Amino acid sequence: MTVRRVALNTAAGLGLLYILTPLIFVTWLAFFRQEIPSFPPEGYSLHWFAAILDQPKFVDGFSLSFQVGVLATAIGLALGVPAALCVTRYQFRMRTPLASLLLLPLIVPGVVLGTSMYVFHVNLENTLDVDVLGTFYALVAGHVVIVMPWVVRLVTASLAGVDRATEEAAQNLGANAWVTFWRITLPAIRPGIVAGALFGFVTSFGNLELSLFLVAPGRTTLPIVILQYLEWKIDPTIAAVSVVQILLIAIAMLITDRYVKLARVV
Amino acid sequence: MAQLDIQNLVKRYGDFHAVRDVSLTVADGEFLVLLGPSGCGKTTTLRMVAGFIEPSAGHVKLGGADVTLLPPWKRNAGMVFQSYALFPHLTVAQNVAFGLEMRKVPRPDMNRRVEETLALVRLEGYGGRLPRQLSGGQQQRVALARALAIHPDVLLLDEPLSNLDAKLRQEVRVEIRELQQRMGLTTVMVTHDQEEALTMADRLVVMNEGSVRQVGSQRDLYERPADKFVAGFVGRSTFLDGTVEAPGCFRTEGGLSLVCAGGTAGKASLSLRPERLEIAAAPLAGLDNCLPGTVEFVSYLGAMIDIHVRLSPADRLVVQIANREGGFTPDVGQSVHVGWRASAGQVFNA
Repeated sequence: MTVRRVALNTAAGLGLLYILTPLIFVTWLAFFRQEIPSFPPEGYSLHWFAAILDQPKFVDGFSLSFQVGVLATAIGLALGVPAALCVTRYQFRMRTPLASLLLLPLIVPGVVLGTSMYVFHVNLENTLDVDVLGTFYALVAGHVVIVMPWVVRLVTASLAGVDRATEEAAQNLGANAWVTFWRITLPAIRPGIVAGALFGFVTSFGNLELSLFLVAPGRTTLPIVILQYLEWKIDPTIAAVSVVQILLIAIAMLITDRYVKLARVV
Repeated sequence: MAQLDIQNLVKRYGDFHAVRDVSLTVADGEFLVLLGPSGCGKTTTLRMVAGFIEPSAGHVKLGGADVTLLPPWKRNAGMVFQSYALFPHLTVAQNVAFGLEMRKVPRPDMNRRVEETLALVRLEGYGGRLPRQLSGGQQQRVALARALAIHPDVLLLDEPLSNLDAKLRQEVRVEIRELQQRMGLTTVMVTHDQEEALTMADRLVVMNEGSVRQVGSQRDLYERPADKFVAGFVGRSTFLDGTVEAPGCFRTEGGLSLVCAGGTAGKASLSLRPERLEIAAAPLAGLDNCLPGTVEFVSYLGAMIDIHVRLSPADRLVVQIANREGGFTPDVGQSVHVGWRASAGQVFNA
């Protein structure tokens, strides 16, 4: 019995270590003093964190990624929540294909998605004679596509746990369809919405492949800024940027988890 | 409270008739029970009254007003759901207040009515709890309070007791019935549990395959079932299949010749209530029918004992006897005699 337990714990520990190793090393590296990362460190310093702020491209990249992420998540919610309701609540001919279609962007490789959007944008620009390619809104529109599957998936999962009779009870007590949605359905699926928004935002914020095709020179998202920086330099600034990013996402998750138990929805 | 009229209600799903031409009137203050096996259309009927299902044809009238085309939220019908359907994120008091809030009842009145209604179902002091902090029986009472708080024209109960354990169910039955009588609530309950139906109803409606088979009092249904289905569904019956050779003369498939009450010539079933049969070791005198048989199975139910007796290779029936001290209790394999009066059986022509 105890042997089994030890074996199990060891396996779990190794698995966890495997997942955490890159994070641990990146974090460690961010505090190295020397410019060229090598082991053992020559000493520790915080100046790579200060270096981030000296480089406007990181700040701008962060700002753009944040804006795109927030906007894409908001639009993703506005489209994804009704879509999830529609797919789970109504019976219609194209229901199953539509449900799969909504999750498809999770499966299609980002590069493929990016290439096709690029081609689409070029064609759109030629046909309509308006600026599309490389605009902020085109970038947001592209990110909505990768945010939506998360929202649909997690809200759908939440909806499965909602007792339809509670909605009927509300209507029976005098609430019309709209009031029923706001007062009964929405609170019941709030965990799914919050989790969907969080995962959608994180996906958008960290996306590289899709964004590569949709950004314009001088207006790039944080992951692209990091990639471009790495082409010339490998000093720990990148590690520091990553640490900041990891921290922000971790804080977002912790705060979310206080209100909605993420483990229960995902 | 008001009278409920259901007129020629029909619900079709494609070729499937869930409800076929059901017409019922529930008088002001009456407790009507729709009884039937699952899929008989009783719940569909109730849901059409509540407005969750749109009828294919027919009308629903509440207090004389036609509500057939009104959405659920515009009908003043209080419903208790099988799953209770309490709002999990709202407290007990907020659950009960929900309908009043929708009716824009002013805050002080609302609080008073919530208190009153909670007292009615003996849940004073539970207003601040969340539904998940209550037992099943308490949740059921919150559901009832929530439906009553809006002072509904009609109370609709959809299998309200099926999620309670057997002992609690018996208590709650009486409680709901007493409350209903005291408040003079027009009530329609749906159930598949005949004991529940018999204890609570003023009048019962037996449904099967979408149509009403019989409407009547407990005694009507039990003593004068309209057809074989009702005879089998309300109370227990053993059926002997055979033919009526002439009125009053029944021959079973196993070739036994029996005296029966009435019947018209042709294929038929003879329905016998197990407790109306007599059983003894020696032949029984003074009865219209007395047949020898062999005991095949005995089940001891405590107050009652069921004895399955084989009369012929094709005929077997169940006799139920009271478990009296020193009474006759045959063993499996024992030869016995079973007898009954012709009036104890009922013939249903096929």
